[in-house]
Amino acid sequence: MKRRLTFRQRKLVAGYLFSLPFLLGFTFFFFYPFVQAFIFSFNELVITREGFVLNFNGFGNYDYIVNVHPDFLRVFVETILNMIVNVPLILAFSFLAALVLNQKFKGRFLARTIFFLPVIMSAGIIIQMDIDDMVSQLLHGARNAELIFTGIGLRNLLMNTQLPEGFIEFILGAVDRIPEIIRASGIQILIFLAGLQSIPPSIYEAADVEGATGWESFWLITLPIMSPIILTNAVYTIIDSFLTTSNDLVMLVKDEAIMGAGYGVSMAMAVTYFLMIIIILGITIKVASKWVFYQE
Amino acid sequence: METNIDTNVKIRFTRTVGIQATEILDQINQERDRNRISRVNKKIKGILISLVRAIFLIGVSYIILMPLLEKLATSLMTEADIFDQTVRWIPRNFTLDNYRVTWQAMNYPVSFINTLILTLTVSILQLASCTTVAYGIGRFKFPGNRIIFALAIFTLVVPPTMIVVPLSLNFKYFTFFGLLPEPGISLLNSYWPFILISATAVGLRNGLFIYVMRQFFKGMPKDLEEAAYVDGAGIFKTFYKIMLPGAIPGLVVIFLFSFVWQWNDYFYNTIFLSGQGNFLLQALQGAALKALGGDHNKLRSQYASIIRHTGMILYIAPLLLLYAFMQRYFIESIQRTGIVG
Repeated sequence: MKRRLTFRQRKLVAGYLFSLPFLLGFTFFFFYPFVQAFIFSFNELVITREGFVLNFNGFGNYDYIVNVHPDFLRVFVETILNMIVNVPLILAFSFLAALVLNQKFKGRFLARTIFFLPVIMSAGIIIQMDIDDMVSQLLHGARNAELIFTGIGLRNLLMNTQLPEGFIEFILGAVDRIPEIIRASGIQILIFLAGLQSIPPSIYEAADVEGATGWESFWLITLPIMSPIILTNAVYTIIDSFLTTSNDLVMLVKDEAIMGAGYGVSMAMAVTYFLMIIIILGITIKVASKWVFYQE
Repeated sequence: METNIDTNVKIRFTRTVGIQATEILDQINQERDRNRISRVNKKIKGILISLVRAIFLIGVSYIILMPLLEKLATSLMTEADIFDQTVRWIPRNFTLDNYRVTWQAMNYPVSFINTLILTLTVSILQLASCTTVAYGIGRFKFPGNRIIFALAIFTLVVPPTMIVVPLSLNFKYFTFFGLLPEPGISLLNSYWPFILISATAVGLRNGLFIYVMRQFFKGMPKDLEEAAYVDGAGIFKTFYKIMLPGAIPGLVVIFLFSFVWQWNDYFYNTIFLSGQGNFLLQALQGAALKALGGDHNKLRSQYASIIRHTGMILYIAPLLLLYAFMQRYFIESIQRTGIVG
């Protein structure tokens, strides 16, 4: 009896021991700089020979980025809007791609191989160099000329349908984003694909016997079962956008710290961005939890 | 079965058996026609579906592959081809000279080895630390294990630049949190910042790895551990002798993603290694200038562009090679870890 108890205690200690690396890392290399980020954002940080000193200046940095900084507000609004538009489009595209890649057809493995390539090729440095590069712009121009051609055709077609103009603009805007959306969808497709394959085929067979059409079983079976995965993917897509160099705000934070207005201003930007992300994630999860369906 | 029932037969039936029989025959005929139509319909529908699918797959593949093919094509061109409006994909003056120049400008063998060592160090450390932590919070019940898990998820939600910028200052004036005298020592431009954050499971997207491995360990049968304990194996021996071998599919996935993400990362690599030229990323940034003999004025020239494109191909080539050999692991990765469903 006594031995058993000590064994249980040993297991308790083992739990903490196994978690110890993260507890240390979280304290020193995450939480400490996290708090520093907030402190820096209320100070002017001056680099001296012995390190750095902080001069408290209240909301000065925040005042500066909102009222004085030439780019921050524009970049901030653009980045947030971009995220709000892109996330649903990425989810829709990757869901569609997963549905297609889940079917049986010749060349499926090749198709999956290509669809997942963006994860390998999305090196930050390459995305950034492409933006700056002249020949890329030249080729991009040629590509745009092709796109504008189809774009005009599409615009005329849509105008004839007498849909509201805002809707048409949204569709045209979405068409422009297609390459960006596709290249940001690699992991999401994998997650959806794994989700689709976890649905037991017997459910579809039963629905078929009951006379449900493919359309009905999509809306009544596939979508509800996939809803928690859609939420997971939405959160993942938001997190993923922090690490691409095409995220102008993140680039601005980095550049401002090292060669711009300094660490204080940079951290004021970062904190603003972080708070906005928390709000967006909160709203997403709150809205999603109303229609997410959990099997149990 | 395919031919219609003869009209004569129909009339005879009408006379002898009566109206009801005719109706039944008519119904049989109609039914057969309908079946034939629906069969044809199904076939048309099948062809249409494969056609739409093919267009979708080819279109998306084109968009994904185009940038890579464009870079590849450009890297094989001479400057004259760039100016030539009629050349788009196939170089007219095919050359491998760009590769020779870029290879030297990037000091490729050295920067490749340095980057490889850094990437392997980071991914092996992250694999070890994240797996250990995930095992701790996934398999042991102790007060606070749910909080630790929540903290791991929280690290994902914070934009890494917000952490990396203050962190870089701490590493620049590293005093071991007060243990060393001010101003401390600078750990920047060494492997140490990467080693420290990877070994303590707070590196790039480590929260995600902890999440995946925790799910994986939670899914393993309880009996496995119990049997080992009954046989007298200790807690740590059970972990690395029994549980780890069972978790290999998950470990492979974590390792591959950690490797690819570290190789492709921009923020940590530029902030922690700002003054280092002998890593692939920095070599790529400086390649064009070096190939031009340090002439800043020519940086916007076509030739500089060609060098950059060649450099990008050289930068991404090791990953493409890795992908070619391991694609099955990447594609089936998320099923293997079983984190969905």
